[in-house]
Amino acid sequence: MGGARLALGLTLSLILQPALPIFAQPTPPQPAAPPFVTGPEDGQWVIPQKNFANTRYSDLSEINTETVRNLQVAFTFSTGVNRGQESAPLVVGSTMYVLSPYPNILYALDLTQPGAPMKWQYNPKPAAAAQGVACCDVVNRGPTFANGRIYFTTLDAHVVAVNADTGEEVWKTKLGDINRGETMTMAPLIVRDKVFVGISGGEYGVRGWIEALNAEDGKSVWKAYNTGPDQDVKIGPTFKPFYDSDKGKDLGVTTWPADAWQQGGGTVWGWLSYDPDLNLLYHGTGNPGPWNPNQRPGDNKWTAGIFARDADTGEARWFYQTSPHDLHDWDNVNEMILLDMEWEGQPRKVMVHPGRTGFVYVIDRTNGEVLSAKPFHALTSVTGVDLKTGRLQTNPEKEPVNNRVIRDICPTAPGAKDWNPSAFSHKTGLLYIPHMNMCMDWESVEPNYIAGTPYIGAEVRMMPGPGGHMGEFTAWDIREGKELWTINERFPLWSGALATAGDVVFYGTMDGWFKAVHARSGEVLWQFKVDSGIIGQPTTYRGPDGKQYVAILSGVGGWAGSIVSADLDPRDGTAAKGFVNAMRELKNVTTKGGTLYVFKLP
Amino acid sequence: MRQLLILSLSVLALAACEREDREYRANPVTSETEEKIALSPLSAGPSGPTEQRSGLGQQYEENAYHIAQGKRLYIWFNCNGCHAHGGGDSGPPLLDDRWIYGGQIENIVQTIREGRPNGMPSFRGKVPDDQIWQIAAYVRSMGRNVPKPAAPGRNDDMHPGPAEQRRPPGEVMDGGQIPPAAQMPQ
Repeated sequence: MGGARLALGLTLSLILQPALPIFAQPTPPQPAAPPFVTGPEDGQWVIPQKNFANTRYSDLSEINTETVRNLQVAFTFSTGVNRGQESAPLVVGSTMYVLSPYPNILYALDLTQPGAPMKWQYNPKPAAAAQGVACCDVVNRGPTFANGRIYFTTLDAHVVAVNADTGEEVWKTKLGDINRGETMTMAPLIVRDKVFVGISGGEYGVRGWIEALNAEDGKSVWKAYNTGPDQDVKIGPTFKPFYDSDKGKDLGVTTWPADAWQQGGGTVWGWLSYDPDLNLLYHGTGNPGPWNPNQRPGDNKWTAGIFARDADTGEARWFYQTSPHDLHDWDNVNEMILLDMEWEGQPRKVMVHPGRTGFVYVIDRTNGEVLSAKPFHALTSVTGVDLKTGRLQTNPEKEPVNNRVIRDICPTAPGAKDWNPSAFSHKTGLLYIPHMNMCMDWESVEPNYIAGTPYIGAEVRMMPGPGGHMGEFTAWDIREGKELWTINERFPLWSGALATAGDVVFYGTMDGWFKAVHARSGEVLWQFKVDSGIIGQPTTYRGPDGKQYVAILSGVGGWAGSIVSADLDPRDGTAAKGFVNAMRELKNVTTKGGTLYVFKLP
Repeated sequence: MRQLLILSLSVLALAACEREDREYRANPVTSETEEKIALSPLSAGPSGPTEQRSGLGQQYEENAYHIAQGKRLYIWFNCNGCHAHGGGDSGPPLLDDRWIYGGQIENIVQTIREGRPNGMPSFRGKVPDDQIWQIAAYVRSMGRNVPKPAAPGRNDDMHPGPAEQRRPPGEVMDGGQIPPAAQMPQ
């Protein structure tokens, strides 16, 4: 009798559930930004990532879903260089800082004056020959402010500190040698008294590393390589990786053919995150060298993965390899957004990482456990991530074979998404991912290592993915692991995203539109056509007049846009490592540029 | 009489075949050719720059063997890493008509040997002189600035575009454009 009543009750509840969500399991809250980045909004934008958690979110809301349609140009400024502008305009107090691509000129603009006139410029005069060893246009991803100074890297592998008030050079340190293909393009991260920077050159057989410099004088504090013996990698007793494949002695040597780790790549040129509560620095490692995987049997540790390191000593704490024995140039340098979220009933400190492999990873940032990996891109060459072993599952049919053209590999060499950072809205709890929709043909060929020249060993040509469009702007539900809405774009998205408390999200397109979309519906609320394609990072700030401004650099280029910025010949589909095959039309819709645009409400 | 006719006809027929000359003994790495050329069409005085070519360039770029060797060496020395298959990448395109540092074979030899200030490495002492000429001859064939019968046919790898032989004859625009990033505003 009792059993029957229970059964009836269960049946009823099952029937009624969809109509009465009040009886359903309460849905866990959306992920949230960690407490160390949720303080009161100061209206500034002092590092490209906005904060240590890399959320790229501002609490300013004067520009919102109602007012954004009135947005208009406040002032513009020419960087004087018409190569790819991947940098982020910073605002500290009443000064804006803009950094150009090579020759890496830093400008300070006075926001208190009408038209924001130039206060000073600083020119580090990098070696012109460095342009010859920059794989993918001569870009720079931004300056960083800390301790009254602006820190940035130069293409010829120097790090400089400049007095933020006067523009005087405080120190300048050489960290790499262009004769070995070493360059620098990343934005440094400053934590207290340390400047963290890494080397670029994964296409030149550079042995990747990250280094901590003393912010005061530029002297080295620690340096960790990403290939080679444990001692060089700073792997010691405190290294506790989550997966067995990362446990063992000197894996940075034994997972390579003899000595291949010395030209093994694993460079550091992407976004750094830092958790002050755990005192952990997070950095990705780039693709192994050469691209052709048949040259380097083994898992090729510690390339194409994520390191968590003690920020004071550089000692590795954990590592997770997103692409063991990487097949297709899948650097793991994309942003790692630090969030707190409930996972299977438990609160977890996580990092969210939209990777080149085509998955959005949710990883426990205390120990490197992958909680979920859900696809956000059309996939043919990978099938999933085995959560038991953490290993990327590949499709054997799409694996490279020497001297054979393998067709329709998705995602491509630049990945489902390249360097251009996503934004996380503290308000909607959603991730906004600017990414690609592309596939490629790939032929592995035997490469030849000559220091200072490329070390790749692959012929590539790319094409649009399913649907024919090449760019997508996606609002992503992290908890569910699925997209909420997506805006298709004709060209790949190579610009970063910006989220604001006004529920407006900004990004730019390679054909030159700067767009503001509704954070919840994806409706395009406002757009403005700038002088060249956009591959920069939008930022927002409160000006000295109390009004909210939005800033973006236009100037097409980067790997995707080098067909325009470097005048490449569209008749060769393999130009720009195969990107030209997909980008032929870009020459017909935009030209080179290098202009700062700043917008405000009337 | 009949035999004599056949014999003389054969001799005549064979004599009509022109065989390409090949240099089997190359110069050592250390020696290098010295062509008197200018990098600019402009000179002091109205007569144009003084140039004197030995004719070696023509020998190389009209010779199918040298061009084919150059195509192989172009890959071996990683030229394709920066210039792709002529479309360019970090280095400028080579199959178009714009030549920043001169588009004649002697200019190209000099560019490979000495390097150029905006990122072209110097290969002096790294590549034997005759191989530099062969690479330069192949570079000339990319924009089809060599005779059609001497230009390479299609290769077995991924096709970046039509084979050199099938491209329309190119032209050389002297001067071209200095990479804009090299122009420092300050």
